[in-house]
Amino acid sequence: MSTTGSALVERALAIAASQVPDAGAVALVREVSEAVVRWANSTMTTNGNTVERRLSVVVLVPLDGGTGAGVVTVPAPTGLADGPEGDAVLMDAVAGAVQAARRAGPARDAAPLPEPAGAADAHWDDGAEDTSTAVFARLAEELGASFRPGEASFGFADHRVTTTWLGTSAGVRRRWVEPSGSVELNLKDPSTGTSVWGGEGAADMGAVDVTALVERLRNRLPWGARRIDLPARRYETLLPPSAVSDLMIYLAWSMGGRPAQEGRSAFSRAGGTRVGERLGDLPLTLAGDPAGAGFADLAYTPVLATTYSGDEVSVFDNGATTGRVEWVRDGTVATLAYPRAAATEYGASFAAPTDNLVLTGGDDATLEEMVATTGRGLLLTCLWYIREVDPTTLLLTGLTRDGVYLMEGGEIVGEVNNFRFNESPLDLLRRATEAGATERTLPREWKDWFTRAAMPPLRVPDFHMTSVSLGR
Amino acid sequence: MERSGTHTVGHPVDQDFLALPLTALADAALDAARRGGAQHADLRVHRLRTQHLELRDGRVVVAADSETLGLAVRVLRDGVWGFAAHVDLTPEVAVATARRALDVTATLASLATERVTLADEPVHAGAVWVSPYDVDPWAVDVAEKIALLTDRSAALLAASGVDHVSASLVQVKEQSFYADTAGTTTTQQRVRVDPDISITTVDRAGGAFESLRTLAPPAGRGWEYLTGTGWDWGAELTELPELLAEKVRAPSVEAGPTDLVIDPTNLWLVIHESIGHATEYDRAIGYEAAYAGTSFATPDKLGTLRYGSDVLTVTGDRTVPHGLASVGYDDDGVAAQEFDLVRDGVLVGYQVDRSFAPRLGLDRSNGCAYADSAEHVPLQRMANVSLQPDPVTDRTTSDLIGAVEDGLYVVGDRSWSIDMQRYNFQFTGQRFHRIRGGELVGQVRDVAYQATTTDFWGSLEAVGGPSTWRLGGAFNCGKAQPGQVAPVSHGCPSALLRGVDVLNTGSGS
Repeated sequence: MSTTGSALVERALAIAASQVPDAGAVALVREVSEAVVRWANSTMTTNGNTVERRLSVVVLVPLDGGTGAGVVTVPAPTGLADGPEGDAVLMDAVAGAVQAARRAGPARDAAPLPEPAGAADAHWDDGAEDTSTAVFARLAEELGASFRPGEASFGFADHRVTTTWLGTSAGVRRRWVEPSGSVELNLKDPSTGTSVWGGEGAADMGAVDVTALVERLRNRLPWGARRIDLPARRYETLLPPSAVSDLMIYLAWSMGGRPAQEGRSAFSRAGGTRVGERLGDLPLTLAGDPAGAGFADLAYTPVLATTYSGDEVSVFDNGATTGRVEWVRDGTVATLAYPRAAATEYGASFAAPTDNLVLTGGDDATLEEMVATTGRGLLLTCLWYIREVDPTTLLLTGLTRDGVYLMEGGEIVGEVNNFRFNESPLDLLRRATEAGATERTLPREWKDWFTRAAMPPLRVPDFHMTSVSLGR
Repeated sequence: MERSGTHTVGHPVDQDFLALPLTALADAALDAARRGGAQHADLRVHRLRTQHLELRDGRVVVAADSETLGLAVRVLRDGVWGFAAHVDLTPEVAVATARRALDVTATLASLATERVTLADEPVHAGAVWVSPYDVDPWAVDVAEKIALLTDRSAALLAASGVDHVSASLVQVKEQSFYADTAGTTTTQQRVRVDPDISITTVDRAGGAFESLRTLAPPAGRGWEYLTGTGWDWGAELTELPELLAEKVRAPSVEAGPTDLVIDPTNLWLVIHESIGHATEYDRAIGYEAAYAGTSFATPDKLGTLRYGSDVLTVTGDRTVPHGLASVGYDDDGVAAQEFDLVRDGVLVGYQVDRSFAPRLGLDRSNGCAYADSAEHVPLQRMANVSLQPDPVTDRTTSDLIGAVEDGLYVVGDRSWSIDMQRYNFQFTGQRFHRIRGGELVGQVRDVAYQATTTDFWGSLEAVGGPSTWRLGGAFNCGKAQPGQVAPVSHGCPSALLRGVDVLNTGSGS
């Protein structure tokens, strides 16, 4: 590749500076190299090895009464910054962003661009890193060997390497490389209809032990030998870490400070917000932490890079250093998300949405140990199709999936039908009576957007199943 | 029924897309694929231009343009797919990308225990198709768009009881060039817009709030849709504040089995989830089992499954004017068609692509392949799946309401959720109007309805006539891993269903 992301960023910033010298500017280049493989009914269905590269230009133009923001994102092929043709594309992009900013008028989230925390990253001028389907060599071998008659295997593995260059007119020059990946496996026993699921997040695909994952899931298939039909009602329920993560992710996504301040969120209450409100007896802490909060593979680069503004983030904050945020601390709502301007407006602290979520504060019990101490209740595997029903309470609906089991006397005694549930994650934190040991997990529902999570299993004494689902 | 795809040209395809080295890329990639032993290969150049404008309380929050562009090569060698894509549009990269796709088949061939065969399709050489629209949204100054959204926001903010207004417009232009080793080449351009306005009232003292959104669906139209063609914005925006005030004052619903008259603005989403996805052949045979899910409507039930009552007739099409899934040719190079899925209440068909048609015993694909970008492989995606109106009686929505002694009239979509086999679903709506003695007597709130798909459609007593038929739809139907989004429309009339289970969501349901 003749043009590095850094050269593209510098050229875009130079063009912005020449077109609108008094404007602020942000240039963001992201190159994504991705390898994927998918299988169903124990045969490969789709695959791919792709390279995508885009440049986003954010221009912050002084206007009467404030500053306007405009954003243009364009494909960034090799050589875009190398000659007149590329310059024409960059000039069009900058001009488009300038026009959008002027048309938009003064932005409510305007703020001076953050100053750089230090010199340019040491690897600023390096090229992008990539991946290929060669990373699936071990997976293909172990997965192929696992296919066997009388069992159907379904799943997906992906590995992506994202190289990001961020430059701003304030002097920020950051480059970072984030490999990420995951493997999901779903085994079905056609003779019983039993379906089990498991998954792992993995930045290093070669480290994934597919054989062990297959065996772990096969150990659950016999639980489906005894089918038990149960009606919809409230049950004592153990939510495993994946199910907890999907509920906590939705909770975190709903913690915008402005909506709460304006009275239009579940985190609003009469006369203010729910910050400071004690949710339940358990001293649970829900935090995001670029350092990984004790889980090395959850770490992410502590710098904000965004191409859009909303209630939680702002394009004016590009380049800001981000840190640990405790959304819930020791069972109490602690922090809501604010861009810098909104934080100033409401007298709060700048808190950007975090790229990982870790729930801690439980005891050391594993899920198996919590099963062993259960008199009678349901053990779930994961949740699916979670959607908001009532934003005033954050009431969500969704379904259980790939394994609901009846526990009696500390043991699994059979597989139960699936259910639709209606629950609010806020209420679950209020009612949970036990949290186990926090472990790395893969969110089943929101994995496409959020993979970095560590959660404990939770015991909820009265999880609300509202109807039986015939789906398996 | 089946109708061949059309060769439609309204607006021309934009010159800057045609100026790309499309033929050179195709020649380079397809030749490399052939030399590498591929029995079939296709090259796709895909560009997606999006403009997103969003205002909160009359101030612009988002003014952003984005574009994706790249080339994709798909090869079929010895019955095994390989796919690769790249952002660079040069013949050299096209060759390298074709070789990478061949490498993928070699690397992962050990996982392919079945071999893919493709249904035949007539060659469509040099085909061009452009969706019907009047005014290209990119020809309209962004200032005019912002001014329109600002004016509408201001008018709503001035209304009594309205504390906040969100207004947005997403406009998309999608262009694709497809060429395959059989000789088909297609060039297409589609335009679509998604305008949306919602208003919120806040009770600060009581700590409560409520909101209401416009019912205008996204449409395969141009800027004219924002100014009155295809939707009466003036009428809707005028009545919105009073409808919200009525909703706030409304009593909580009484739960239990309830007769429902469902407006097309709500029913389209039920059709999408419970019929559209359930009749996707790839889901029905397990290809989405680990992610989006499967279907209760399995192929062994084709021709016998009682999906609903006799008045349930559902078609798939990629041809309806202004439909979001309407095209001239799909991403397998298959001409757009219209076909039956459910006839007189019985499952009679599936949506397929060229790889699935032979498995179902069909001679030809019905044209449902689509990829949302160059980086993604074409999949079987949803056609415009539509419920047909009463062909005999042009029954109005009022006629249907008049047939209900005690029930609800459901308007607008809001929350939705359905299980992985498309059995159990729950929907809410924008508004629920109480029906007493065949008349609307005010709204109720805290309503959701739940059902099992076949029970729900089995309770379909009557559908409205053609005058009630409308297209609904969405830009963002999700499927597959890695995730893809697809735009899709669903036409339907108003409908009367008896004894649907209604929940009160305010009482912890």
